[in-house]
Amino acid sequence: MLSVEAWWRALIFDAGYNTSLVTLGAMLLGGGAGMIGSFVLLRKRSLVSDAISHATLPGLALAFILMALIFGDGRWMPGLLIGAGLSAAAGLWAVQAISHRTRLGEDAAIGAVLSTFFGLGVVLLTVIQSMAVSGQAGLTGYLVGSTAGMLAAEAQLIALCALLLAAGIIVMRRDFLMVCFDPVFAATNGVRVQRIDMLLMLLLLAVVVIGLRITGLILIVALTIIPPVTGRFWTDRPLRVVTLAALLGMLAGYLGVTLSSVREGLPTGPLVVLAAFVLFLVSFLVSPRRGILATLIAHQRFKQRVHLRQGLLALARDEAIFDDLTVKVLRRQGYIRRDGVATPSGWAAARDAEHEERLWALFRREYPEDSAQLDHRGLLPIERVLSPDTIMALESRLMKGREAPR
Amino acid sequence: MFSLVPMSVALLICLSCALLGNFLVLRRQSLIGDAISHVALPGIVASFLLTGTLASSAMMLGAGVSALFTVAMIELIRRLGRVENSAAMGVVFTSLFALGVLMLEWNEVGTVHLDVEHALYGNLESLIWFEGTSLASLVDPQALATLPPQLGRAAWMGALVVGFVVAFRRGLVMASFDADFAASVGARPSLVGLLLVLMVAVAAIAAFEAVGAIIVIAMFICPAATARLITNRLATQVALSQLIAAVSALLGYVLAGYGPGWMGFEVSLSAAGMIATLSGGFLLLACLFGPYRHRREALSG
Repeated sequence: MLSVEAWWRALIFDAGYNTSLVTLGAMLLGGGAGMIGSFVLLRKRSLVSDAISHATLPGLALAFILMALIFGDGRWMPGLLIGAGLSAAAGLWAVQAISHRTRLGEDAAIGAVLSTFFGLGVVLLTVIQSMAVSGQAGLTGYLVGSTAGMLAAEAQLIALCALLLAAGIIVMRRDFLMVCFDPVFAATNGVRVQRIDMLLMLLLLAVVVIGLRITGLILIVALTIIPPVTGRFWTDRPLRVVTLAALLGMLAGYLGVTLSSVREGLPTGPLVVLAAFVLFLVSFLVSPRRGILATLIAHQRFKQRVHLRQGLLALARDEAIFDDLTVKVLRRQGYIRRDGVATPSGWAAARDAEHEERLWALFRREYPEDSAQLDHRGLLPIERVLSPDTIMALESRLMKGREAPR
Repeated sequence: MFSLVPMSVALLICLSCALLGNFLVLRRQSLIGDAISHVALPGIVASFLLTGTLASSAMMLGAGVSALFTVAMIELIRRLGRVENSAAMGVVFTSLFALGVLMLEWNEVGTVHLDVEHALYGNLESLIWFEGTSLASLVDPQALATLPPQLGRAAWMGALVVGFVVAFRRGLVMASFDADFAASVGARPSLVGLLLVLMVAVAAIAAFEAVGAIIVIAMFICPAATARLITNRLATQVALSQLIAAVSALLGYVLAGYGPGWMGFEVSLSAAGMIATLSGGFLLLACLFGPYRHRREALSG
């Protein structure tokens, strides 16, 4: 059954208690993952969560085996999550140890840990397959996520943990920020940098473990990366990035889970991730700061400014203009006529441009260090770059230089 | 005799992945292997949906296109969006993998013989050569005709990888250690880098079909990283990585297939998983005891 109506019912939380609870849980999880992911992104360690999430598999499988041997059924979710958390912590420790204590880079550490732990987990999964216990199918839900057979108690647990996590992150946000931006400054302010860093990683681990059931262990990493990157497109202020990432993560969770209730057997994890990706794509296209469109427009403007400037200088020096774009830009501004002859306003602008160019040349000669630091490229009006005093001084030097050439 | 084919496939794949892995580890690009082995899934599913066959040429083409697309997307996001490299990678490969899983489930291709589990942990054991009953089958054309096609694919992929490394060895070495110098002597480091990524894609795809995505990542990184902690010379490192890869492949397969039997259990374990685990175990040993495990202090003067 595939219908807009079913989606709409899920969207307005009218598709049953369980679905609503799962939706809420996924939203809280998305929010928490977005927040913690923003700090991790600032720390440039985004893919550490990839290692953590793959490292949950052996613990998950071991917990299942243990519980199956003791109780006869290995599906009890809190037990599975504890096992997953323990082995994820081992993986996290391994990544830290390899990248700090050996000469291998963090990339090699992440790759080695995620593949080795996952390989071990796969071996343990085949052990489970050979055991005669029930509930084996439940384990595949942790690979790519499934909310279909979720119990109410499980959904409540996920929602509660996600809420606690989000609250914890909100309380710690200032310390996290300080450590991410300036560890030395944080240390002088009495913040224990290593402890905060560890706490950040532990919270990331908690988000990953709680998210296992909803998005699956391969895709949970996306929820900690995509919303923060998306938020980064819209603002440069760190706390706003965190807030935006939280909102985007919640939106992705909301859209993904509700969409997955549209048709029987649709996987939740991929839909949540794809919802996050669509939000990312939109931002990537239309963000006013770093989006593709904005970049293209800025590039066009820059090109036109350069051509305008060069065209005016050419007019002032009475040189012929051959470049088509330059001619077009000058004509659009009304600086030259159709036959290429300058208009009165064109002459005035050309004289101004040339005068400014002389001032710049003088400035570069007089203050080479200062001018090396300015990024003007002759494209901004000089009075927007230099102070009035400096310009006055330059003007008078220029006058003197004309009267008595050295 | 039955295991001859899966063992040689595992060996060939491990050797060629480990060879490329040396350069990935040196260039700190290990995670490219991770990303590309993940996006092989959507490529293969898409090519299946478009062509309706599981023919290897179509699958290779689909996976190759999706690998190139991934690299292009990562560069685009990194350059235009000014997003840090690993984050850009994370955005692209997780989304594409999600798309692959969704396409699988939506169309229920899963019933054919593509499913997420196979994509992740491969199915080395299914490559058993039933006609190969004795050594004589190796010269029996009828039996040889039933060799699993994966063996041939792994072989030519291995030849391609070795050919690439031999042909570009000078450029690869220079670009890995000092890209600026390589550029100044005309060794074109960016071209070499792109070709390396392409070869990684070729290896990942050929391996993906036979052994799954995880063992590929382990083989790209673990043997090379292990060797890097044991020696300071590149030639020795490459040789060692090949040795470690070979030992992991053969020992892993044997342990998975016969290990439980020796302990009295009548089961067999995932060979791909065991190979990955073993290679990680070697890396652990090297991290603890490798003579060059510590980071050297910056050269003074």
